[in-house]
Amino acid sequence: MNVLLTAVLSGLGTGAVYALIAVSFVVIFQATGVLNFAQPGLLILGVWACSVFAVDFSIPFYVAALLAMVAVALLSVALERIGIRPMVGRPVFATALVTVGLFTVLLIAAFRLFASQARTVADPWQLGAVCLSRGETGFCELQIYHSTIGRFVVSMAILGLLGWWLSRSRTGIAMRATAFDQEAAQAQGIHVGRIFSLAWAIGGALAALGGILLAANGSVVQATDAIFALVALPVLIFGGLDSFKGAVIAGLLIGVLSAISSAYQPIHAPWLGPNFENVLPYVVMFLVLLIKPFGLFGTKEIRRV
Amino acid sequence: MTISSQQSAAAVAVSSTQDPHRTVTGTARLTGQSLLLAPTGKHGVLPRTARRGRPKIYSSYPVQQGLLNTPAKRMWTAILIIAALVLPFVISRPTTHLFAMAAVFAIAGIGMNLITGYAGQISLGHPFFMALGAYTAAVISGPVGKATYGLGLDLAIAIPAAAVVPAVIGLCVAPLAMRVRGLYLAILTLGLLMVGAQLFKQWAALTGGSGVGRPVAQPVLFGTDLSKTYAIGPLLITRETSMYLMALVLLIVLSIAARNLARARTGRAFAAVRDRDIAAEIMGVPLLRTKTVAFMLSSAYAGVAGALLSMLIGTITPEQWDIFMAIEILAIVVIGGVATISGSIIGAAFVVLLPKLLEILAPYLPGVGPSGQGLISVFQLQTALFGILIMVFLILEPRGLFGLWQRVRIYFTTWPFKY
Repeated sequence: MNVLLTAVLSGLGTGAVYALIAVSFVVIFQATGVLNFAQPGLLILGVWACSVFAVDFSIPFYVAALLAMVAVALLSVALERIGIRPMVGRPVFATALVTVGLFTVLLIAAFRLFASQARTVADPWQLGAVCLSRGETGFCELQIYHSTIGRFVVSMAILGLLGWWLSRSRTGIAMRATAFDQEAAQAQGIHVGRIFSLAWAIGGALAALGGILLAANGSVVQATDAIFALVALPVLIFGGLDSFKGAVIAGLLIGVLSAISSAYQPIHAPWLGPNFENVLPYVVMFLVLLIKPFGLFGTKEIRRV
Repeated sequence: MTISSQQSAAAVAVSSTQDPHRTVTGTARLTGQSLLLAPTGKHGVLPRTARRGRPKIYSSYPVQQGLLNTPAKRMWTAILIIAALVLPFVISRPTTHLFAMAAVFAIAGIGMNLITGYAGQISLGHPFFMALGAYTAAVISGPVGKATYGLGLDLAIAIPAAAVVPAVIGLCVAPLAMRVRGLYLAILTLGLLMVGAQLFKQWAALTGGSGVGRPVAQPVLFGTDLSKTYAIGPLLITRETSMYLMALVLLIVLSIAARNLARARTGRAFAAVRDRDIAAEIMGVPLLRTKTVAFMLSSAYAGVAGALLSMLIGTITPEQWDIFMAIEILAIVVIGGVATISGSIIGAAFVVLLPKLLEILAPYLPGVGPSGQGLISVFQLQTALFGILIMVFLILEPRGLFGLWQRVRIYFTTWPFKY
C-alpha cells in the first residue's frame, strides 16, 4: 500500500512537470498550428541558463529560474521570427520539419554549452523529504520529497493561472481567434504576428520551467537529458494535440502510470527490461490512438474535399 | 516553359513540315493536332526529321511518361552509371567505403521519400525498420555458434529476407498508422522507434544486448567471399570495392524500381493521397490499401538499407537506431528534394560526403577544434549543419538540391528569357 502511495505521490510530481511541458507544446500549436519539435532544445537551454545564473552567479534559485525563463522566451521569439514566420501558409509537415532542424541545432548548442559536464540548478529542495507515516520502529514508510511538492505546486499554480488568463483575457481570446482562423483574426484587428511571438514566448518559458523543475531534485543534469522532454510528445497525443485540459490530465496520468510502473515492473515483470517507464508513455499512446485517433480531448479534424 | 506549351508548339511545327500525302483534317487544324501524332500505325513515334533539334517533343502520353524520356537523360544516365562503376578503381579504399555508405543511405532515403515525399505520410520510424533489416540479415548470414543467433547462410537469401521481414512488420503497423493523420502519425512513428529500441535492448539473443552489439552478416554472396581481395586482370577488387559494387547494383535496381513505381498507378495513387486523401478516396483510390502499400514498400527499402549499412559498419548495437538517424535520413530527403528519386541520391551523397569534407576542411575553419576544444567540434559542426541545412532548404528551396538543379537548367534552356 505504501509502495503504491509513494509511487502515486511522486508520479503526481513528475506528472505535473510532464503536463507543463505538454502545455508548452499545446500553447504554440494552438496559436500557430506548429508542432514544435524544438521544445526539448529550449528546455535544456533553460536548465543551462538557470544553472549558470544560480551556480556561477550565485543568484537565488527562484530569481535564477525566472531569469532563465525570460531568456529562453526571448530566444524562442527570435527563433520563431527567423525560422517559422517565413513558413506561414506552407504545409504543416514542412514547418514541423523546420522545427526538427531547429531541435538539432539547439541540442548541439546545449552539448557545447554543457561541455560534457553535469550541472546542478542549486535548487532549495535538494533531497529533503516530509514523512507522512512512520512505522512502529520509527522507520519512515511513506515519505514525500520536497522537490515533488515543489514541482506539483509550482506547475499547477502556473498552469492554473495560464489557463485562466488564456480563457478570460482579451489576449487569450485573441490567441484562440488566431488559432481558429488567422485571416479572420487579422480582419478583426488582431495583430497575428504579435500573437505568434507571444505564443512562442509562453511556450519557451514553460519549456524552460519544465526543465528546471525536472532538474530540481538535487541531482545533476547533462545535455543528453533533453531527450527526456520527448516524453511530452506521447502525453500530448494522449490528451489531444490542441487541448490544454487534455495535456494537463494526460500529463498527470502518464506521470502516475510511469511511477507505478517503475515501482512494480522491475519486480513483477523484469522481462520488460530496465527503464521500461521511459517507454510506457508510448505504449499508452498506441493504445489510446487505437481507440481515439485524436486523443482524449483533441478536436476532431473536419475534412472537406 | 511548361510541357504543355512545348507540346502544342511542337505539334504546330510538325504539322507544317509533314509529308504531302497525309492530309490535315478540319478538327486537326482547329486543335493543332497533326495526323503524324495520331495514335495509328507506329504509336506515337515521330520521324527523325521532325524530332531533330527538338529532343523534348512528345507525341504521346506514354512516351512523355517514359523513364528516360529525353536523349539527354538517356546519355547522362549511361555516363553516370559507367562512372559509378569505374569509380572504385580510381579512388582510395576509404573513399570507396564512403561512397558505399552514400549508396546505402540513398536506398534508405528513397524508402523514406516513398512514404513521406510521395505518399505524404510523415514517418520518423525509419531507423526502426532499418534495424529490423539489419538484424534479419545478421541472423540469416551471421556467424554460427556465437552468443547471438546466426545461421551462416548466403547473402542471396539474407538481403531479400531483409526486405521482406520489415515489410511484413510494416504491414502489421500500417492499420494503426491508418487511423491517425499528419502530425499524430509523426509522433506515432517516433513511438515505434522508442518502443523498438527498448525491444532491441532487451532481446539480447538477437541483438547482443544494450551497449554490446553483435557481429553482422558475413559478406558471402553466391558462395563468393566478398571480404577477400580478387584480381581480375589488372583490376583489384578489394572488400570495399565489392561492397560498394553490391550497394551500387542494389541502388540502381531499387531506384529504377521506385522511379517506375512513382510514375505508375501506385505512385499516382500515393500522390493523390498526399495531396488530398478524401478527394483521392472519392475518385476511387483505396486509402487503406495505398497507405499500407506505401508503408510496406518504404519499410522494405529501409530493411535493405539497414542490412547493407550493418555490413559496412561491422558491429551493430541496439542504440544506434535512434532519432538522430531518423533526422539524418530526413535531411537526405529534404536536402535532396521531396518526392524525387534522383534528389534522394544527390541528397544522400551530400549528407554522407559533407562530414568528410568538413573533416578535411576542419584545420582551416576558425573555431573548429577537436572534441572539447575550440568553439565547436567537427562532429558537432556536422550535426548542427544538418539542422541548419534542413531549415534553410525548407524555407528557401523546398524542392531541395534537385529543385536548385532544375532552376539552373531552366535558366540556361530559356536564356535570355526569364521563362
